[in-house]
Amino acid sequence: MKEIVDHIIDIVNNSISAGAHNITIDIQESATNDYLKISIIDDGKGIDENTIKKITDPFFTTKKDKKVGLGTSLLKYQAELAGGSFLIKSELNKGTEIKATFQLSHIDRQPMGDIAGTIILLITSHSNIHFIYKHQTDDGVFQIDTTEIKDILNDICNNIIMRRSLKEYIEENLKKIKMTN
Amino acid sequence: MAKITSLDDLRKIKKNLEEQISLREKAENPESLVQIKVGMATSGIAAGAKEIFTFLVDELEKRNIPAIVTQTGDMGYSYAEPTVEVKLPGQEPVVFGWVTKEKADEIIEKYIRNGELVEGIIPQNYKTIDDK
Repeated sequence: MKEIVDHIIDIVNNSISAGAHNITIDIQESATNDYLKISIIDDGKGIDENTIKKITDPFFTTKKDKKVGLGTSLLKYQAELAGGSFLIKSELNKGTEIKATFQLSHIDRQPMGDIAGTIILLITSHSNIHFIYKHQTDDGVFQIDTTEIKDILNDICNNIIMRRSLKEYIEENLKKIKMTN
Repeated sequence: MAKITSLDDLRKIKKNLEEQISLREKAENPESLVQIKVGMATSGIAAGAKEIFTFLVDELEKRNIPAIVTQTGDMGYSYAEPTVEVKLPGQEPVVFGWVTKEKADEIIEKYIRNGELVEGIIPQNYKTIDDK
């Protein structure tokens, strides 16, 4: 995992495997208070108490044919390495929230990476899922809600010009709120 | 052209596009397109699947090949990441392993364009006599 977006794709994939219909990707960063918080909230089937204790154990997985489960342990490791923390809250049949906090200016903090491309990758690959992507900085908030742009998303998978335009839209708005990479 | 900064800008572009798209293209259904899935579980992402995804989207556009590129979960070939599944219209899907940008280029040029098989296929669709 080289970038923070890699973790985002990974955790969102977990939410999708858990049968989520609504997924929120909430990013909050502040240069003044020196933090970067990534939250992924879903309404999937949730995780029971026993499992949650083992979740960041790299040798724990719920998949039968696998021996390791590295997704959350890698994120926890990277967050802690960058002076931050990892938190998971879950309720059976309600959903799960994963929150990773990083020290924004920390030398070991991974770069954000191509967040616009990642959001598009996720929403176009899973058009049946309702996504909210919210990005907050000291300069403002940018939000995308897939129900609001359903008409735009309709055939975006097949149309490269729309895909590129949506990417520009996200990137321009992130530039406006001065996102840190 | 002015930068796209609002949803209205996006909708305008979409409207313009719709006017340009011919009836033939509108009738196209996903079954008649090349469908590509890039494996993006933890192992795939760590091996650089995202770069392969972006490369495929960009190159297929440049080379004018109508295709749908999406992500998928673990295909069970963690040893061979990044993995890419390609389904040509009317054919069984084929999974390629160890896909680098060079390999992706070869897949587009040889397999997608000409139907020639290239090295690196993982035998996925093995069927026993009973299945047939």
